Amino acid sequence: MAEQDSEQPIAPETEEAIRWLFGRYPTRRALVLPALHLIQERLGGVPAAAVRHLARILELPAPEIQDTLSFYGFFKQDGRIGRYRIWVCRSLSCAICGGEDLLGYLTEKLGIQPGQTTPDGLFTLEHAECLGACDFAPAVLVNEELYPKMDREKLDRLLAELAAPAHPATAGATNNA
Amino acid sequence: MDRDQPSLTDYQPVLLANVGVEGSHTRAVYEARGGYATLRRVLRECSPKQVMEAVRSSGLRGRGGAGFPTGLKWSFLPADHPGPVYLCVNADESEPGTFCNRVLMEHDPHQVLEGTILSSFATRASTAYIYLRYEYPLSLRRLQQAIDECYEAGYLGRNILGSDFSLDIYIHRGAAAYICGEETGLIESLEGRRAWPRIKPPFPAVEGLFRKPTVVNNVETLACVRHILERGLEWFRSLGTPPDPANPQDAGSLGPKLYCVSGHVRRPGCYEGPLGIPCRRVIDEWGGGVWKGRKVKAVVPGGLSTGLLTADELDVPMDFKGPVQVGCLGLGTAGVIVMDETCSMIDFLYNSCRFFAHESCGQCTPCREGTSWALRIVERIKAGDGRLRDLDLLLEIADGMGIIPGTTICGLADGAAWPIKNAIRKFRLEFEDFIRRTNPQGYLATHPVPALSGRAMPRLEITWPPSGTSDGNPVTAATGSPSPWRKTIPLE
Repeated sequence: MAEQDSEQPIAPETEEAIRWLFGRYPTRRALVLPALHLIQERLGGVPAAAVRHLARILELPAPEIQDTLSFYGFFKQDGRIGRYRIWVCRSLSCAICGGEDLLGYLTEKLGIQPGQTTPDGLFTLEHAECLGACDFAPAVLVNEELYPKMDREKLDRLLAELAAPAHPATAGATNNA
Repeated sequence: MDRDQPSLTDYQPVLLANVGVEGSHTRAVYEARGGYATLRRVLRECSPKQVMEAVRSSGLRGRGGAGFPTGLKWSFLPADHPGPVYLCVNADESEPGTFCNRVLMEHDPHQVLEGTILSSFATRASTAYIYLRYEYPLSLRRLQQAIDECYEAGYLGRNILGSDFSLDIYIHRGAAAYICGEETGLIESLEGRRAWPRIKPPFPAVEGLFRKPTVVNNVETLACVRHILERGLEWFRSLGTPPDPANPQDAGSLGPKLYCVSGHVRRPGCYEGPLGIPCRRVIDEWGGGVWKGRKVKAVVPGGLSTGLLTADELDVPMDFKGPVQVGCLGLGTAGVIVMDETCSMIDFLYNSCRFFAHESCGQCTPCREGTSWALRIVERIKAGDGRLRDLDLLLEIADGMGIIPGTTICGLADGAAWPIKNAIRKFRLEFEDFIRRTNPQGYLATHPVPALSGRAMPRLEITWPPSGTSDGNPVTAATGSPSPWRKTIPLE
């Protein structure tokens, strides 16, 4: 245990970014969600060691952070999120305009289930519960970009673009540790 | 068109006035179009009490779904509290079919901020947190840029515009959980906990964020505050449905409202009009009518939670009372989702049940178990193992969960129950017909059956009862799959 507790998976710059937010909230606990976001952006997930490390930074019991983390399916603890996290909306407006079909198509095309990452670490597939883009149904969110009115052909093109090494976003993707 | 029904295109938008203007998200354009003039005037001329009184007299009701009078909510703040007081901007817009807050935050973030600053002034809040859902990255960028611009201009920070009023605004990013839109769930989430709604009282105005007096208001509500102070009460009260004079309890449905139209329409989008536009006109005149020349079959009036209108019920006014008159939960967010005649109500109900089972926070048993079992029953019906008895079972579950029957802490369960109640009560024949056709051998059965259908979930080989039925034939789940990809999708 002592060995584990000395682990420092959160990089000093990330810790700095977390501490920079301290002044915004009257309690350390309120930092849990912002900190988890920062950690996941940089590590591609929040492994258990990072939870323990964060607990030391925020001076909170690690199980309390784990409790919060486990509530939000958004944070991943096993495995890394791929370079591109693809959220396919499956709520009503998108579903009746073809979103369900797109989600099924992607599971076949990528050979993974929602929640999983392709072996090359490029794509993580997720189903989204309403992206709030019903006017653009069916909508797909990839990292921080919304792709409106998608169909299979557009998805094919998008995936090919993202997978191409020359793609500008590939260099600056959010999850390069 | 007669005099009572002016064309919707004649209405001059107020909330959406800047949307579509080049650079509408920047401070320069916002100010050039009159932005922050109201803030300057109010800080110069008004006391917080006067602003609060103006909002109360306007009759503004919250735009986030419940329609609680905003001024009344503010009036619950203790008058002599030493502070700090917090204002939370509820930007966790997650109700399926709703995207008007996104439009405001992406295209006119300064309008949202001006409303937030004015409301913070009125409620004496010194810190405002914008709880922004994760799924809105462009809103995040635009809002953050707008906040930075406000600090530069002296609209935020210490002694705003030379007054003794100080305010900081921070964006707090959510993590893809619907329940964070419930105001006390939002508060718990902001405090760094799982977003389990709190038992009320105490209400947030008395004991909210960090146990201090807190106001939680929706993005659109706050945007309305700016316009009430700018254009006056008379303007605001001239729009919408006035209170029923025979009913002193009725607060009316006043002011402008953003309507979202999506689904099977020609022109999905966000449109502005007075409250109380009939649903049919929203669909036909703004939405361009049903797509592909088809007919409307069912319409979600105000976000998935509110239930269903049938094609015969589309003349209800979209105000706080209208959809209730035909058995819907309420106006909700005015997020209209249109389903055409090809849409199966079984698929609708499955989609709805799946959403709420996924989003129930798990705190109250009736909701956690109710949403999850409802999904499993609908899953089984959809897979062709339904019995007529299941429909009454679903209704029994739906009638038993929520604030209205008094079994849960928050309204998520009411929102989960309404689509079930409306779908089955308004489209019962379709459900019965589907069950008879897909399960001709067993549709009348009433003995216990496994909730999960093997056909929908081929990974589970279900046999019930374990030793076979009374007639000796084991009821083993078939392994066919309704569509090629479903067999690989596990149930949540």
